[in-house]
Amino acid sequence: MNTIIDFIAEEHNLLMIYLVILMIFVGIELIEKVPSVLHTPLMSGANAIHGVVIIGAIIIMGEAENMYATILGFIAVVLGTLNVVGGFVVTDRMLEMFKKKKK
Amino acid sequence: MNLLQIIYLIASLTFIIGIKMLGKPESARRGNLIAAFGMTIAIFGTIFLYEGVKTSNYGWIFGGLLVGTVIGTLMAKKVKMTGMPQMVSFFNGMGGACAGIISLVEFNHILQQGDFLAAPKVKLAIIFLGLVIGSISFAGSMIAYGKLVEKIKDKVLPLQQLVNIGLLLLILGIAAAATVGYISTPNVLFLILALSLLYGVLFVMPIGGADMPVVISLLNSFTGVAAAMGGFLYDNKVMLFGGILVGSAGTLLTVVMCKAMNRSLTNVLIGNFGGGKKDAGEGKAITGSIKEISKADAAVLMKYSKKVVIVPGYGLAVAQAQHICHELEQVLEDEGVEVKYAIHPVAGRMPGHMNVLLAESNVSYDKLIEMDDINPEFKTTDVVLIVGANDVVNPAAKNDPNSPIYGMPILDVEDAAHTIVMKRSMKAGYAGIENELFFSPKNSMLFGDAKKTLTELVSELKSL
Repeated sequence: MNTIIDFIAEEHNLLMIYLVILMIFVGIELIEKVPSVLHTPLMSGANAIHGVVIIGAIIIMGEAENMYATILGFIAVVLGTLNVVGGFVVTDRMLEMFKKKKK
Repeated sequence: MNLLQIIYLIASLTFIIGIKMLGKPESARRGNLIAAFGMTIAIFGTIFLYEGVKTSNYGWIFGGLLVGTVIGTLMAKKVKMTGMPQMVSFFNGMGGACAGIISLVEFNHILQQGDFLAAPKVKLAIIFLGLVIGSISFAGSMIAYGKLVEKIKDKVLPLQQLVNIGLLLLILGIAAAATVGYISTPNVLFLILALSLLYGVLFVMPIGGADMPVVISLLNSFTGVAAAMGGFLYDNKVMLFGGILVGSAGTLLTVVMCKAMNRSLTNVLIGNFGGGKKDAGEGKAITGSIKEISKADAAVLMKYSKKVVIVPGYGLAVAQAQHICHELEQVLEDEGVEVKYAIHPVAGRMPGHMNVLLAESNVSYDKLIEMDDINPEFKTTDVVLIVGANDVVNPAAKNDPNSPIYGMPILDVEDAAHTIVMKRSMKAGYAGIENELFFSPKNSMLFGDAKKTLTELVSELKSL
């Protein structure tokens, strides 16, 4: 229990926690008034953005010193890139349809 | 290092601005590109500026980026518009797997420094949570993918909900015990991995195919949270930012989608909508007879109408009949018939999916009318052609309080002079209930596969 309280009370961690709470509200605020027509592209766009996990993959790959970390790191980079690139390209393709018809 | 922090700050901003812009049709595409730009600078910033990324590993990093980019682009470009939902699910699973692998490697780092029990508890907890959430998201997304491509059937085990809840508690219990030091074997990591993957499978398995959009949206926010765990682990603001943003936006999006279907999230997850739930009111029994219409008669009826409204549904998406539907619309317009499309908020496989599909086959944007705007128009409509939709036109939602879909907003097609329902069989829609519209004297049924029937209708119309 004390570990948890100490962790939270530490200034840097406290800042991170504030950040998380604020981000939750920003996320809710951003979605609230979106027309249902855009739900699918929006989900797809959000899907691409959580591809930011690729940063972590690059870090483990970059720091890798043994076989285990190298192999897993490489797979992680490939999968993360799939998430990012595939996500953004699919979203763009969906939205292209909307644009063409809007004139 | 300072420059990298500024890059991360800019990238985080592009994510917020990007999601904001994705919420409006006119700015959506630019919003997506802005977020993609932010992601790109964050990736290259990390490679070149992050302390600890060794230049000797550049080959691996760029190799991985290249492989991922080529495969990802090919898949995303090649997929048909009808296949978009499973594509999103697949990419989501990749992100989840990536988050899980990060945990595996970080745990290994800890082991190399000695006993994992000596590691900071908070760090261990974050590693375990990242592994659990990432693995659930990966396994769940793959099952959702399999269901959408119709390779995996819905399966409900006996006591499924109890098993699921028990399994989840077991996973969290083991992770907690390992964190505080009650379990000392490092192999506990693989046990957590295996159980989490199993949970992901069991979690999605019983949920019906038509509910997959909601599930994908939920798993999407899971992956967001898994990415945020990485943010904590590396004290990396952009991962934390993007992850939490998607986690919260994705959760709300899931709830909004459920609302559009007039269902609660619990209802979707427990999945006893329609199937099984026999005691909770099945709606009133419907008596009467249905009548069929021949394609030739249907063609004549539509040709001599002033106004025809097409109601596209799930069946149209499954049969990939959007192009031939557009052709039917054009043939009718050439005959001087006014044609419009009535879009229910949850028509198709995902909210907004129908708009994307029809837009792909060049149906003009202004012909797609949303529910609230088209409903008053049905009174002046001669023929409503319902292609593969069912529950969204079921009058029981308005006039039968015992019906499971009571209260769901529907299209008021029964106000029109005639309705023609195009369906493969008399099978109930995914709510699992009868549709009294089918038995209405104003309604006729046209049985068959949507694509085939529409094609034949078009040739009938042309030969008239």
